[in-house]
Amino acid sequence: MHELSVTENILDIALSHANTNHAKRVTDIYLVIGRLSSIVDDSVQLYWDFVSEGSICEAAKLHFERKPAVFRCQDCGSEYQIDSDLTPCPTCNSFRTIIISGEEFFVDSIEIEK
Amino acid sequence: MSAIRVPVVEKIFSANDRMAALNHRLLNQEHIYSINLMASPGAGKTSFILETIQHIGNEFKLGVIEGDTAPVTIDSDKVVAAGMPAVQINTGGDCHLDAAMLSDGLSRLPLSTLDLVIIENVGNLICPAAWDLGTHANILIASIPEGDDKPYKYPNIYRGLKVLIINKIDLTPYINFNMEYFRQGVELLNPGLVTFPVSCRTGEGFEAWIDWLRSQVLDQRSN
Repeated sequence: MHELSVTENILDIALSHANTNHAKRVTDIYLVIGRLSSIVDDSVQLYWDFVSEGSICEAAKLHFERKPAVFRCQDCGSEYQIDSDLTPCPTCNSFRTIIISGEEFFVDSIEIEK
Repeated sequence: MSAIRVPVVEKIFSANDRMAALNHRLLNQEHIYSINLMASPGAGKTSFILETIQHIGNEFKLGVIEGDTAPVTIDSDKVVAAGMPAVQINTGGDCHLDAAMLSDGLSRLPLSTLDLVIIENVGNLICPAAWDLGTHANILIASIPEGDDKPYKYPNIYRGLKVLIINKIDLTPYINFNMEYFRQGVELLNPGLVTFPVSCRTGEGFEAWIDWLRSQVLDQRSN
């Protein structure tokens, strides 16, 4: 699995923005992860404690905001959320759908002390 | 001392994406068409590459980059034996290739002599999907024995595809694979995806795939 390199990427991004803002310490990191994007679970927090050790991000808490997969039907226009199995439009059974949410995978913000 | 919330809004893979953009620019400068070939272990990636060389090797010069998690050269040896330059990248246990590894691989190929580069990613349906390499096409090989539920279980890899290859179709009579269910899952994730059913063993279906590939390589050559 690739949680370790994901964690290292998060650290690089947090450090770069912390330095730009002259932070003494980073206390919190807010992540947005879509249901359809990379699989990232709580093991990231475990890796985090190792990779952030000795940096100004040490002991920062990671917050995960998980976004559901949301599809929009191109035939009837209705929007529906997918939690487990992929299904066609529940209103008109169409397969002509577009994905409007669920692929997010980014660092939204950090909380710092100056 | 005060706590301040700083907006970031940066993709977690942004460093990789920047590197991928450099790879893409280099490939365009060299007028090379490039493919990131992904699949599960055993879906037939190397066989597919070898069969493609058989069909198109007399028209185009093709280079291959083989990604493996172990320091073996089994796959690249086969490509070299088929008469094309190949380099092996050992990911050191990592589950995928990333853009920096591809950059290294490209530097070891004679790019100015090539028309087409195929990158055989590590056999895995999860991790390669997250790392853009900067190639012109992400192509997935799904094979009949893997089962018809893979789009439902691994949606992310189907999202970024330009082409889907369905391999081992000669095994269809022996395996309980519901093609309609499989295709419906693909359609939800990637509507209208270009799909080629093939068999590397019998050669069935290769003509259509090769026609598609030829037009892409010729377009890129004249760009």
